[in-house]
Order: sequence, then C-alpha cells, then structure tokens
Amino acid sequence: MLKLILQRLAMALFTLLTVCVLVFSITEALPGDVCTAYLGRDAQGARLENCRQARNLDQPALQRFADWGTGVLQGSLGTSLKRDKPINDLVATRMRNTAVLALGAAVIGIPLAIFLGVIAALRRDRPADVLISGGSIFAMTIPEFVTATVLVLIFSIQLQWFPAVTTVRHNAPVSELLPNIVLPMITLALVMMAHILRMVRSAMIDVMASDFVQMARLKGVPFWRIVCLHALPSAMLPTINIIALTVAWLLGGAVIIEQVFNYPGIGTLMIRAIYDRDLPLVQAIALILATVYVLCNLLADLSSLALNPRLRTTR
Amino acid sequence: MSEAQTMNTTMTPMLDVDNFTLGYTNAEGRLVSVLRDVSLQVAPGEALGLVGESGCGKSTLALAMMAFLRSGSQVQNGTIRFHEQDLFALKPKMLQSLRGGRIGLIPQNAGQSLTPTLKIDAQLYEALKLHSDLPRSQWRQRAIELLQQVRLPAPEAMLERYPHQLSGGQQQRVAVAMALAGQPELLILDEPTTGLDVTTQAHILELLRTLRQELGMAMVFVSHDLGAVARISERIAVMYAGEVIELGSSHQVLLQPTHPYTRALLDAIPRLDAEGLPPSLPGYPPKVGSITQGCAFAGRCPHAQPICSEQDAPLAALSGHQVRCHLAGELKRPASDSKVVQLPVQSSDEPLLMLEQVQISYHRQGLMDALLQRPAPVATVDGIDLQLNKGETLALVGESGSGKSTIMRAISGIQPARNGQIRLKQDDLNLPVEQRSKALKRRVQMIFQNPDASLNPRHTVFEILQQPLKLYFGLNHDACRDKAAELLSLVRLAPHYLDRLPGQLSGGEKQRVAIARCFAGDPDLILCDEVTSALDVSVQAAVLKLLKELQQQRGVTYLFIAHDLAVVKAIADQVAVLYQGRICQVGPVSEVFTGHHHPYTRTLLNAVLEPDPNHQPVIQGDDCSEQYPPARGCAYQRRCPLAEPRCKEQLPPWKTDGGNRIRCHLELDALATLIDRPQMIKAVNA
Ligand SMILES: Nc1ncnc2c1ncn2[C@@H]1O[C@H](COP(=O)(O)OP(=O)(O)O)[C@@H](O)[C@H]1O
Ligand code: SF4
Ligand code: SF4
Ligand SMILES: [Mg+2]
Repeated sequence: MLKLILQRLAMALFTLLTVCVLVFSITEALPGDVCTAYLGRDAQGARLENCRQARNLDQPALQRFADWGTGVLQGSLGTSLKRDKPINDLVATRMRNTAVLALGAAVIGIPLAIFLGVIAALRRDRPADVLISGGSIFAMTIPEFVTATVLVLIFSIQLQWFPAVTTVRHNAPVSELLPNIVLPMITLALVMMAHILRMVRSAMIDVMASDFVQMARLKGVPFWRIVCLHALPSAMLPTINIIALTVAWLLGGAVIIEQVFNYPGIGTLMIRAIYDRDLPLVQAIALILATVYVLCNLLADLSSLALNPRLRTTR
Repeated sequence: MSEAQTMNTTMTPMLDVDNFTLGYTNAEGRLVSVLRDVSLQVAPGEALGLVGESGCGKSTLALAMMAFLRSGSQVQNGTIRFHEQDLFALKPKMLQSLRGGRIGLIPQNAGQSLTPTLKIDAQLYEALKLHSDLPRSQWRQRAIELLQQVRLPAPEAMLERYPHQLSGGQQQRVAVAMALAGQPELLILDEPTTGLDVTTQAHILELLRTLRQELGMAMVFVSHDLGAVARISERIAVMYAGEVIELGSSHQVLLQPTHPYTRALLDAIPRLDAEGLPPSLPGYPPKVGSITQGCAFAGRCPHAQPICSEQDAPLAALSGHQVRCHLAGELKRPASDSKVVQLPVQSSDEPLLMLEQVQISYHRQGLMDALLQRPAPVATVDGIDLQLNKGETLALVGESGSGKSTIMRAISGIQPARNGQIRLKQDDLNLPVEQRSKALKRRVQMIFQNPDASLNPRHTVFEILQQPLKLYFGLNHDACRDKAAELLSLVRLAPHYLDRLPGQLSGGEKQRVAIARCFAGDPDLILCDEVTSALDVSVQAAVLKLLKELQQQRGVTYLFIAHDLAVVKAIADQVAVLYQGRICQVGPVSEVFTGHHHPYTRTLLNAVLEPDPNHQPVIQGDDCSEQYPPARGCAYQRRCPLAEPRCKEQLPPWKTDGGNRIRCHLELDALATLIDRPQMIKAVNA
C-alpha cells in the first residue's frame, strides 16, 4: 500500500521534471528568442543587445535552464517581460480567482452530476432518464460560449440578477468577486456535468446488473441502501479519472469561459501573455497548468486506491 | 393443487408451488413461458433437488421462490406460497424481511455475489442488522460464531478481509454464513458448488449436510450436477424446458429413472467405474416458447410416438413418483436406452511431445530484488518430466492453482519455461510464441474452456475459420469457403452455420466451432484446457466423443486439462496428477486409477461424487488452498495425512509399479494399506 503510494508520487515527480524540460526546450526551439519575440520589429541593434543581456540570454542554454530550474525550485517563476514584474505576483491572484471559480463549479457540478447519473441509471429508458440523458448530450454538443451567452441573456440582461462581465480588478477580495462568479460557474458546471453524468450512468447500469447487487436484493437490503452502499462505490471507480480530468480542466482555466465573462483568471492571463509574446510568463503558466494536471491525476490514482480494495490489498 | 401430494399429507407444506407459469417478453415482443405449470412442495426440514440442463429454468424457479423476477418477467398463472402466504402478493417491506431472513439464498458464484468494496464484517453485520434483533454491540460476536459454524479458520482475521482475499471455497462459506445470519427456515442454493474444485466441493456439500442436521432447515438445492444433488436431497425434481418432468425421492429418480430424459441425462454422466465414453444425448433443448403443444422432449426422445408431439404429456403419479410422459407406465428400467461408446486406441510409440525437467515461474527478479538480494520465490511449476506419443491423450489433473494451465502456457509459448527442455519431435518449444515459425505455430493449437471468450462475437463462423486457413495455407476466399464447410462437417455442423455469429449458437455448437478452428491448422498437438467443463453433461458427452473420433481420423495428440476425474478416465490414455506445480503420480490411466495411489490422488478420487444417493465421498484433510509450494521436501507435505518428518526435508523418490509412477517416501505397499486408516477417512476439517 505504502509502496504503491510512493510509486505514484515518484511517477508524478518524474512527469513534472519531464514537463519542465519540455517546456524549456520548446521555448528554446522556437525561432528567435524571448527578446526577438517581444521586441518584434524593433529587435535589432542595441535594444536587442540590452534586452538579451538583461535576461542573461547570452549565457549557454544549459546554464539558463539550470538558473530557471533553480528559480522554480525556490518558488520563483521569473520575471514577466511586458509587465516587468515577478511572475509569482501576477499568477497568484489569477490562480486564486480561477480556483474560486473552479471550486464553486466542482462543488455544485460533481455531486449533482453523480446524483443525476445515478437517477438516470436507475430509471433507465424511462422519462427521467430520457430527460437527463438527452439534456446531457445537448449540453455536451453546444459550444460553451453559446451556453454562456444564453445564460447572460437570461440572467443578466432580462432578469438582471448577476453582472454579465466581471468588472472588479483581479486582486479584489473574494467577497467582491462572488457575484461575478455565479454565471461563469453555472456555465462551467453545465459543461462539465455532462461527461461525468454519462460515465456514472453507464457504470451504474453495469453495476446494478451485477451478481452482488442481485444478491443484496435477495438478502433483503433496502433499495437505497443497495444503491449507496453496495453499488455506488464500484460505479465510481471508472468515473474517478473523468472527474480528475474535469477538475484539471477547471483549474487550468476554462479559457473561453473566462474570456466571455472577462474573468481575471489564469486562462485570461495566459491569453494575454500569448498576445504579448511574454514568453517567460507563458512558460510559467504552462508549468503551472501541467502541475495541476499531474496533481489531479495523482489524486485520482489515490482515490482509486481508497475506493478499490483490490488495488490496495494483496491476497 | 396437484394430485401428487402423497408426501407429507398430514403437514401443510412450507413452500407450495402451485401450477406456476412464468413468462417474459422476448426480443420479438412475444410473451413466452420459461416455467410451465410447475407444481411442487417442500415440507419443513426437507431437501428438494432441482436438476436439468442449463437453460431449463432451474434458477428462474429458485429465484421465484423468493419472489424475485428478472426484469421483463411476469407471473402468468399459479402461485408460490410460503406458509400459506402468496409471495407475489406481499408488500415490498414484508418481502424484504423475508428475503435473507426466513428464506435465505446461497448463490452460484460467491466470488461475484459478495460486494467487492465491502469487508466481510460489514456484509455480515448488514445481514444481522436487517434480520436479527441483536444489538449492534453483539454483531461482532455473532459474526464470529457464524464463521465458526461454517468451519472457517481464524474467523476474527476473516472479518477484516475483502472478498477477493478469500479462496473460492472460503467465499462460498462466507455466503453460507451470511444466509445463516437470518436464521432461515428455507435455504435456496443455486449451484452452490459449481466451479469449485472436487475436493472443495466435497467439503462444502459435507458442511451443508451437517448444517441441515444441526439447524433443521429446509433446502432447495439447484444444480446441473446430479452427483452433488444426490448428496443433499431427499427428493429430486428433474426439469426440462421449463417443466418438471420427473419428481420423486432421490432413490426413485436416480436409481429407477423413468422419464426418457432423466435416463439419458444419467447415462451421459461419465463414471469412474465405467469403461469408455458415455453415450451422448442427441440434439438440444427447444428454444423457450417454441413448444406450444405436445411433449417438449419429443424431438430428442428415442421412444417418441406420434401422440407425443400432438398431446401434452400427462403427469402420471406412481406412488409418489411423478413422471410427465405418455409412456410412463410402460417404460421399465432395465437400465439405459443407449450404449457406452468404445473406441479403439490407435497410438504409436513415436514420441511427439517431450518435457524434461521443466521449470516455470511467473516471478521476475526485479531491480529491487537484486539490490536487496532477495531470493526468488519457489517456482510455480518445477521438475516436470513428461513424454507423450503421437495419437495419445495425456490428461493433467489437480486442483485449481496446481499449475495445469501454466504448463500449457509454457508449451504454447505464452509463458516460456524458465528452465528445462520442451520439444515437439525435434523442434524446440522453449521459444516464446513470437519467435516461433509459422509452421511450428500451426502444429500446436489450443482449445479453451469458454468458447464465448475465445470466439470473436462480431465475426461469423466463416470469418473465424478463414483466419487460420489464410494464415497457414494462404487460401483464397473460395478455397477457404470450401475448406471451412469441410471443417464444419468434421465437427458435425451443417454448412449453413458458416454465416452465423457466435451469439446465435448454443454452448456446445460454439465449442464445436472452436474445435473446427483448431483443426483448420491441421495440428499435431492440441492443448485442451477444460474444454468441456462449461458444457452440460449431455453436450459434454458429445464433445468428448467428437474429440476422440477426430483423434482417430487425424492422428492428433491431445494434452487435456480437466478437473473431472471421470472425464479424464473416459478420454485419456495417460494421466499426470499435479499438486502445487509438481507431479505426484503419472502413468497409464488404467493403472493410475486402479493401481496404487499417491495420497493426493487418493484424496482426489475419494472426493468424486456419483449420482447415487448411496454413494458417499470420503473427505480428507482440509480444503485450504496453498499460496506457495514448499521450498523443500514433498510438495504435498502440508496436507498429507501420512506425512513423516523426512517429507519436510527430502524430495521424495519415484516408486514404480509397471507404468504407474508415484513420488512418495512411503513404500507402495504402505500406501496401499495405510490409505484406508479410519482416522483418515473422517473429516478433519477444523
Ligand atoms: N499471471 C499470473 N501471475 C502470477 N501468478 C500466476 C499467474 N497465473 C497463474 N498464476 C499462479 O500460478 C499458479 C498455477 O496456476 P494455473 O496454471 O492457472 O493452475 P490451474 O490451471 O491448475 O488452475 C497459481 O498459484 C496461480 O496463482
Ligand atoms: S411423452 Fe413421448 S416423447 Fe415425451 S418423453 Fe414420453 S415417450 Fe418421449
Ligand atoms: S512423501 Fe510424505 S508428504 Fe509426500 S505424499 Fe508421501 S507421505 Fe505424504
Ligand atoms: Mg486453470
């Protein structure tokens, strides 16, 4: 058991290391360098030289990787080109904003998706299932900006309950942020729920047909106890990875939705960084997002261990 | 109520199935009957056996006795009453308290019927919570008592385990304990020992017999295995196509069977004391819903008269023995309607397959093991010396985990041997399968236990047969088609089967297709892994006969795995008895079965069941399965009732008696006399 956990941890660390190397090498492999990219047409003569010297670009690549790596290890992601500020400061508030949004969407979306998936499975092919399954396919097929726009139309423009776009600054306290996150949160929840729901539904249908569920019925176990205690844990097993991917997607900044709502999250920051050709910032965000993915998958693996005794025990 | 209520006339039956007809809506939307006019009674404390081929409605009836219907089913007619109460009229709450309480179920496959994510304690406590008045504080104590009652060792530790951490026999015992938690008056057992080893099966049956004596429960025992039913039941109901066609005491049904179907079924069972192959029952049971009038067995019955397919057969009752047949009164037993099949052996002295000192291990020494200098565990299979002549059949027998399949995997190259030599004539079979030449692969073919798993459900029979024909002989489409039809006729299937999908075939037909595919490569050696154990006895007899005939025509050699010793006796020329990956005894079938026995061979033979209420298997030792073979000495030392100190230290020598070779420290004569020691015969399963 401990060995398994350690193995997974080692795997995660190894993946992160690979990601660091990859991110750095890709930036290296791009034609030109950070300065040519940033200065654009002005990239010549003294300006270019100055820029390069200021960023140690005259050093060999390996040396720079070592410096960058050391920085990352010490918790410093470097300096933004355009804004000339430590990237840490730029990223911290955006990441917080995205996390608040993601958490909200996950807390509403995941349990609701599981619940609806279970209901759909139990009422298979009956009206409730047709409604839920049909709804989820619909939610999966329409693009998320359409969902967002429709929600804005109804709740901001018609009902005027929530603001249509975020107007507060990125470093505003969470309490000021709250009314702004309602619509993006609902949009996110709608988009992500469909996938989880469908997975829960099909897993639950399989499990409800299994021998041990039939046995539980013939043992006289009340229906809802069978569903929650005997069936659901097994049905959750194939769902965990989907949930992990969804959470990673949420935390990675649902770029389009943040854009639509002008939400000051990590996704919006990344788009800006790309526009500005702010390569150090892009690099840093890429690293953060990769870390989020790796951590989510690690969490998924650990939850599978917790949920599946076969993985955790030996004969 | 039927007129046959001759038993227990004074007592009202505990369970009364009356004219019960149950149907379901099939794919075409038609309501078809799975159970037709079933009437039978179970008295308090009585054990009733339900037997018949798969698909005849045994489990449907058993589950209906708990008012459980599969989805899409409905009661068409009749009632099932438990203590005068109509089960299908009960309110859900009442039903819940009845199920798992006064009526308990022991399922076929306990491994899949226990919830995999809950520990044994949680599952037992749940039963106690639902069906007993015990306060929570006493659940643990009671659970331990229950596990002791089903003779599980170390019950406290058992409570902490998950189902997958138990062996098949232990899982089955836990399922029994769970049913006992509700203090049932009626226990329904749906194939409780199917899929278990012979020895484990004998132990579980013994346990059920003892529990019935101790607790006085009534039982409905469902099984396709007449030997198992004979151990438990006082009365037996034989079912065919959803009807009870014969019902009587076990002596009546098993020793004086009257219905032609019952007779054919009993004849098809291979027996240890019979010579040759058992006769098979031609044809297949009718599809559900296809028989609307006349006797359902008419299509297969050797005695069928014109009247049989015109009028429903009446239920004739002869002194408590009911038979549903027009000719019931006229069919007298002397014995069988069919003859035992004797086929001459045509083996040669030309050695085909040789195994010398073969050692196989699943363990790979990893980097960590090397660094920590951990020794490799004892090999799964070791010291295998076997020689098999062309045209012969060698059977490997032993309990599950004894390494039979592992040896086959080594010969087929899926799990190459770590040490030793495997040769097919001059060719080296130590090569892993990827490195074997096409010609060599063609010469060694395999047939598996479960044709469902080995036939691609999306390929037609033609496509399945075409693959090897193309691969090995490069035939074009038309030539393949001709050859495939020829192969089908070889396995006695009509050419129109070529365009069917496996899903449209019965179990026996699928296995025939698998056999045809294997013969497509014109192999020298065929590895048969439990090829008949998923089939009904009637179908099994036909498949065995087919294999034997093909061997004569083609001169192929079989390596045959089977857990049923009577099957082995019927089909094999040589037999090797394996325990924990080591050969205990090897030799010609006739000598191994009748001559001196290794203590383990004796244990296996003693556990064999016969469809005879007077036959008693002898149970030895316990049925705990071992995880690892011992590092030194005799492989059987831990379970052997005759073990001596030297057995733990020294590898026993081979003792020879003609072709019969036994690996044991004891002298052969000592084995012969000591084997019947009275203390060995009694069950010592603590
Ligand atoms: N893939 C595997 N990895 C590790 N051990 C295995 C594997 N397959 C089988 N074994 C072990 O090998 C032993 C022999 O198994 P097997 O050859 O399947 O026996 P049998 O055919 O008699 O049931 C058992 O102890 C089993 O646990
Ligand atoms: S009724 Fe006729 S066909 Fe049916 S079993 Fe009796 S003799 Fe055979
Ligand atoms: S060698 Fe010893 S332990 Fe092994 S079978 Fe013979 S008596 Fe039993
Ligand atoms: Mg096996």
